[in-house]
Amino acid sequence: MSIFINHETRVLVQGLTGREGRFHSEQMIAYGTKVVGGVTPGKGGTTELGVPMFDTVGRARAATGADASIIFVPPAGAADAILEAVDAGMPLVICITEGVPTQDMVRVYEVLRHSETRLIGPNCPGVITPGGCKMGIMPGHIFKPGIVGMVSRSGTLTYEVAKNLSDRGLGQSTVVGIGGDPIIGTPFIDVMKAFENDPATEICVLAGEIGGSDEETAAAYIKTMTKPVIGFISGRTAPPGKRMGHAGAIVSGNKGTAQAKVDALEAAGVKVAATTDEVGELVEKTLREKGRLPAAAAR
Amino acid sequence: MKIHEFQAKQVLARHGVPIPRGRVAATPDECAAVAAELGGGLCVVKAQVHVGGRGKAGGVKLAKTPDEARQMGAQILGMDIKGLTVHKVLVEEGIAIDKEIYLGMILDRDSKRIVVMVSAEGGMDIEEVAERTPEKIARCTINPALGLTDYQVRHLCFGAGLPKDKVKEIAVFLKALYQAITQSDATLAEINPLVITKDGTLIAADAKMDIDENALYRQKDLALLQESEENDPIEEEARRRGLTYVHLDGDIGIIGNGAGLVMTSLDVVAREGGKAANFLDIGGGAKAEVVRNALEVVLLEPKVRGVVINIFGGITRCDEVAKGVIDAAGKLDIKVPVVVRLEGTSVEEGKKLLAESGLNLVPAGSMREAAAKVVELAYAGGH
Repeated sequence: MSIFINHETRVLVQGLTGREGRFHSEQMIAYGTKVVGGVTPGKGGTTELGVPMFDTVGRARAATGADASIIFVPPAGAADAILEAVDAGMPLVICITEGVPTQDMVRVYEVLRHSETRLIGPNCPGVITPGGCKMGIMPGHIFKPGIVGMVSRSGTLTYEVAKNLSDRGLGQSTVVGIGGDPIIGTPFIDVMKAFENDPATEICVLAGEIGGSDEETAAAYIKTMTKPVIGFISGRTAPPGKRMGHAGAIVSGNKGTAQAKVDALEAAGVKVAATTDEVGELVEKTLREKGRLPAAAAR
Repeated sequence: MKIHEFQAKQVLARHGVPIPRGRVAATPDECAAVAAELGGGLCVVKAQVHVGGRGKAGGVKLAKTPDEARQMGAQILGMDIKGLTVHKVLVEEGIAIDKEIYLGMILDRDSKRIVVMVSAEGGMDIEEVAERTPEKIARCTINPALGLTDYQVRHLCFGAGLPKDKVKEIAVFLKALYQAITQSDATLAEINPLVITKDGTLIAADAKMDIDENALYRQKDLALLQESEENDPIEEEARRRGLTYVHLDGDIGIIGNGAGLVMTSLDVVAREGGKAANFLDIGGGAKAEVVRNALEVVLLEPKVRGVVINIFGGITRCDEVAKGVIDAAGKLDIKVPVVVRLEGTSVEEGKKLLAESGLNLVPAGSMREAAAKVVELAYAGGH
């Protein structure tokens, strides 16, 4: 088991023929992801990378039975691409695009509120269920199947932590990058709820960063979880008022500081690691204490 | 992206908001000239800097004559406000203030909507009002499909206890402000204070707007107003080269790929006892040229005593990074230690290139090791 995606997920790629879309579609197919179609307006009826192309998401979904879509459409068209997928009834939409105007996301979110669709992103690395399905731009080989559920706001930080886990023999059930923008479809709390209900996940890692209050909101839920959670917060030394790359990563006034997030997580019983290496150490230690350390890690 | 008060006022004026007569000036003589144009009576000289609290810092002064406007201009121009130098002032006609009202709109990440805030206690101390007596601020969120509705305007105005005879007029300001924030892709728009003058008219005495950088592609006029945050020449140069660079006040240069990883690198360097000179994210899939540019830009800061390059290759290839580092190191006369940590895609090729380059580059196996090494080498001669 896993959350959001697995080896049966039928994936549609919106913007498959763009530079990024093509490259990452090839990578996803090579990883074993069931890519069942692509959407590029005007390319309907053709075949790219061995999969059928469609002009609209609605037609693609009807013809292929796709139940998840991944978006590589440039920023100016990304919000519209999400709305099109929602309108086609797509259960899961992952938007990789970086640079989507925030007010576009305000409008998108208003539609999402009243739909059954789960949006992940935008400005995210995607989701991977190691060994089953990769919907994203992450390097697949650093992930290993296992029992650690991981969620993060940032791409390369996810890789750093995931590789550390994999190297220790601690595989992952699913790894979710929720994105670094101020308005995103799926906050930490939703992912934590999914992990709590996933039989394959035995321990969770939450890697947050400065800005907003998503980590604090998740902490209130984590307090009620039965599974242990290891935390990490990036941006402890970032000065207030400076935007650290991600549009969402900024401390304004005394809101969104790393300390407030660490405090909230610790108050919820989360062990917060000071470094990325320590995340792996804490996961290992916690699993050992519970007698649930995987054989691969019990060296 | 922040814009100046006079620029925000121009945006609001285009949406029908009345603003005081006035003009921007860059020299004391220009201040006197603008004051004379305005009739030679009472005027206000206001520093134009991208930071709040300028009134309390002495960046806003009244002048009764053009001559006084010149003097005030001379005092304010060149002044340092929270680390920013004042290069421009706004000279405006004086207003006889009866009441000061606060109108604010902000894109709120929690509600995922624009939040409107209104208070009868506008002016310089609005942050304090928000902190101490939050009940004095009326607020609501706007459904983007409906826009700001009349009942919400009534809720806000009556909720904040605004003068009842002015509610209809204030509604016009609120609707204009909403038009301005949505049509300009702003993430924040404020009129503070909205002044009710002694003769009962309403005017936007001060205004503030932040623009969403993701939307600059469709806000061409506003994009032209972009200035480096602190008139910082290195940030300016980095922007010109398309790099995400934030200047900080330490002495260890930091380069990485991905915002979260770079931020973490800053933290790890601090843990090892160093202080970051900058934040520089080369982004995803960077080619050698980007890396070379990054190293050049980081070394523009003369305080830099060491540089750490921390790469986790996903779409970024470590061999491209290595090529860029070697290229830069070959061209520049680098006098400080450069520690390179490579991991991920094409890592072996990258490490091999670095080792064979014959250049004085220090390899590191992990982020922690890289941070420890750069701190040790940079401060080898003492702090």
